[in-house]
Amino acid sequence: MNDFEQLQKTAKEQWEMLQHSSDPVVYVGMGTCGLASGASDVWKSIQKIRDNSKYKFQTIKVGCIGPCYLEPFLDVQKPGSSRFTFNNVDADRAEKIIKEFAFGDESKLKPLGHLGDKIETINGIKSFWELPMLKHQKRIVLRNCGIIDPENIMHYIARDGFSGLINAFEKGPEEVIEEIRISGLRGRGGAGFPTYKKWQFCREAKGKLKYLICNADEGDPGAFMNRSLIEGDPFALLEGMIIAAYALGANQAYIYIRAEYPLAIERLNIAIAQMKQAGLLGRNILDSGFNLEIKLKEGAGAFVCGEETALIASIEGERGMPRSRPPYPALSGLNGNPTTINNVETLGTIPNILRNGGDWYNQYGTANSKGTKTFALVGKVRRTGLIEVPLGITLREIIYDIGGGTIKPFKAVQTGGPSGGCLTEEHIDLPIDYESLSEAGSIMGSGGLIVMDENSCMVDVAKYFLNFTSEESCGKCTPCRIGTKRMVEILEKFTKGIGNIDDLATLESIAKTVKNGSLCGLGQTAPNPVLTTLKYFYREYLEHIEDKRCASAVCRDLVEYRVIKEKCTGCQRCVEVCPTGAITGPRSEPHNLDPEKCIKCRACYEICRFDAIAGDAIIIVS
Amino acid sequence: MSSLLNTLGKHFPECSKGDLIPVLQHVQDQEGYISSNAIREISEYLNISCSTIYGVATFYSQFKFNPPGRHSIKICLGTACHVQGGDFILSALQMEIGIAPGSTTEDGRFDLERVACLGCCAIAPVMMVDNDIHSRLSVIKLRQILSNYE
Ligand SMILES: Cc1cc2nc3c(=O)[nH]c(=O)nc-3n(C[C@H](O)[C@H](O)[C@H](O)COP(=O)(O)O)c2cc1C
Ligand code: FES
Repeated sequence: MNDFEQLQKTAKEQWEMLQHSSDPVVYVGMGTCGLASGASDVWKSIQKIRDNSKYKFQTIKVGCIGPCYLEPFLDVQKPGSSRFTFNNVDADRAEKIIKEFAFGDESKLKPLGHLGDKIETINGIKSFWELPMLKHQKRIVLRNCGIIDPENIMHYIARDGFSGLINAFEKGPEEVIEEIRISGLRGRGGAGFPTYKKWQFCREAKGKLKYLICNADEGDPGAFMNRSLIEGDPFALLEGMIIAAYALGANQAYIYIRAEYPLAIERLNIAIAQMKQAGLLGRNILDSGFNLEIKLKEGAGAFVCGEETALIASIEGERGMPRSRPPYPALSGLNGNPTTINNVETLGTIPNILRNGGDWYNQYGTANSKGTKTFALVGKVRRTGLIEVPLGITLREIIYDIGGGTIKPFKAVQTGGPSGGCLTEEHIDLPIDYESLSEAGSIMGSGGLIVMDENSCMVDVAKYFLNFTSEESCGKCTPCRIGTKRMVEILEKFTKGIGNIDDLATLESIAKTVKNGSLCGLGQTAPNPVLTTLKYFYREYLEHIEDKRCASAVCRDLVEYRVIKEKCTGCQRCVEVCPTGAITGPRSEPHNLDPEKCIKCRACYEICRFDAIAGDAIIIVS
Repeated sequence: MSSLLNTLGKHFPECSKGDLIPVLQHVQDQEGYISSNAIREISEYLNISCSTIYGVATFYSQFKFNPPGRHSIKICLGTACHVQGGDFILSALQMEIGIAPGSTTEDGRFDLERVACLGCCAIAPVMMVDNDIHSRLSVIKLRQILSNYE
């Protein structure tokens, strides 16, 4: 038995012992979304109980399991029983769960679901994986997220971690590339370029020194798939990187990660240190003769640095400006050497393919888009969070079956971030893959899915994205630098009710120029949000221009706040919160709202809804 | 040798051009912002001109050139936060603390910065104060949160 087999054996034994622990084990979801929902208070509370009471139990931190809207999660595994998960836990509820569920009569508290291996109901509790949000998913790259301790390499190894790497070393680089070809895997960073081809180009490129770069810049505002994967299972990414570097013949790798993700950075650093210790990084990895060093580079907050050539410039210490291609990075990238850049999810998928085979991965997906894809399902949908689904699934299944639909009637879904577009009711039964989305005028992108309902204004959304791209334009090429600015100005006129019909034609013509004339992907795709909303929501533009009206009541200059006299109970809550004294009126009598003084800050509108007495006596109308 | 040059020597012994951004990040970590003095010292250490350093530093939104406040607020204006009313939170925030993004309050209590996505889109709108993320913000909730930071 070699060293790694020994380690594997120990890891499996430890994992088994944990599953059959004689004391309860308590797991807390401590991803960024969990922490933002109060998981650290939960963690502190259970530590206190453990240290100061008769209760004896183990505590383990895990990553995000997906349904972020139910965070924080706390799981309890009782001796001889399964692991049960509770949602929306706070410090008080955590204490109750420990005392009454973990150490008391289970029947008093009802968990959300169980995480057992079988999907049968246990003691009347359904499997977590059978819940509506989870049932339609296929978890491959996310298989460990929320299940294992991301700061403990033994957990990863116990769940067959690094067995893909061992297979890769047995196969040799060419056969690894062949396996990826069979799998049909395409880049998950946005463009969907076949991964095996990228690797082949780089492998065949001349040069002794080659680099692998993992793109963890995740610049799409409204997407967090890469963050969650790194926080929940950093080892999967790192194992994928070793396999990729081995296939390319690279001995130096970088992870370019955005500085806004401190927890992901910390977990990667811990994982890298543990892997070095176990002989899984550094010189002569697992006695294969292959050496690899992985370094982190923190991004400094520029969207364009997600673009390959800009990213390279940034690692070289320059302004992150894209360079014209060719030469492609595969031939001449970092410091002039052959370089492959892959997205986090692409690399995180690799170990699964090498472990189970390319054919196995190929069974999921559509004819040209194989496998599964993670999406950040957010916006005006009931169940928000991170999901992983087989490609070819329809938007309807994602938004209604997984997401539970919208509260107000559905209006649109934005895919692909600032480079993507808005799709409508008419596309709801479209099977999602790279081709179908671009035919509809949007793109797959990295996986942000922002759902909008009747309270979302499409002109405002277009303005939002153009504002974003104009600010993030690096300024190198003129169409992008000036064109995006002009588009923002026109869209601003519309949202202020001072646009005219000629502006629409100008907008469309600038959009086409920017699309065709820009140097890099940022500019070439920046007009997409405008072009798709013009195509599918033309009437909404006309309403803003001709009627000076925003039916969704979003555009501030076109709306007015009103008190509905019949509903107002005169509770004075709004009077108290109004910062400009625009609302007046004695207690118990309907209040007055002076539109001259109103700055439309929304405080009164919110408080009116929070307050059970008044209900919704304040409305926003256009 | 100044204390800054001293720590640079320790953390970045290679002194290569590719270290410029990590060096700037390190300095901002230590001193809270990039002062003109720091730029001169970095220039000396890496042998890169001050204007090149300014050029690189100003390209990236992470770098600040003014001293930060006691508490740093990062308000998310990513797509998910925008769709859930992030704009209103920003205007309310500006009204409450009386400054625009990119500046620090006169009493040094807060500095304010806009960011595009903190990765908590599923519980939008969000903002980060120092190291704490506050989620599902409303104008009213915002006022309560701010009162916890002195
Ligand atoms: C403006 C712009 C921003 C991008 N941002 C990202 C990003 O944040 N993350 C990412 O993986 N790819 C991003 N890309 C795509 C990358 O250039 C590149 O195609 C990708 O990282 C390749 O990896 P893949 O083949 O594994 O998808 C961006 C592209 C452009 C044009
Ligand atoms: S859009 Fe605000 S956290 Fe992602």
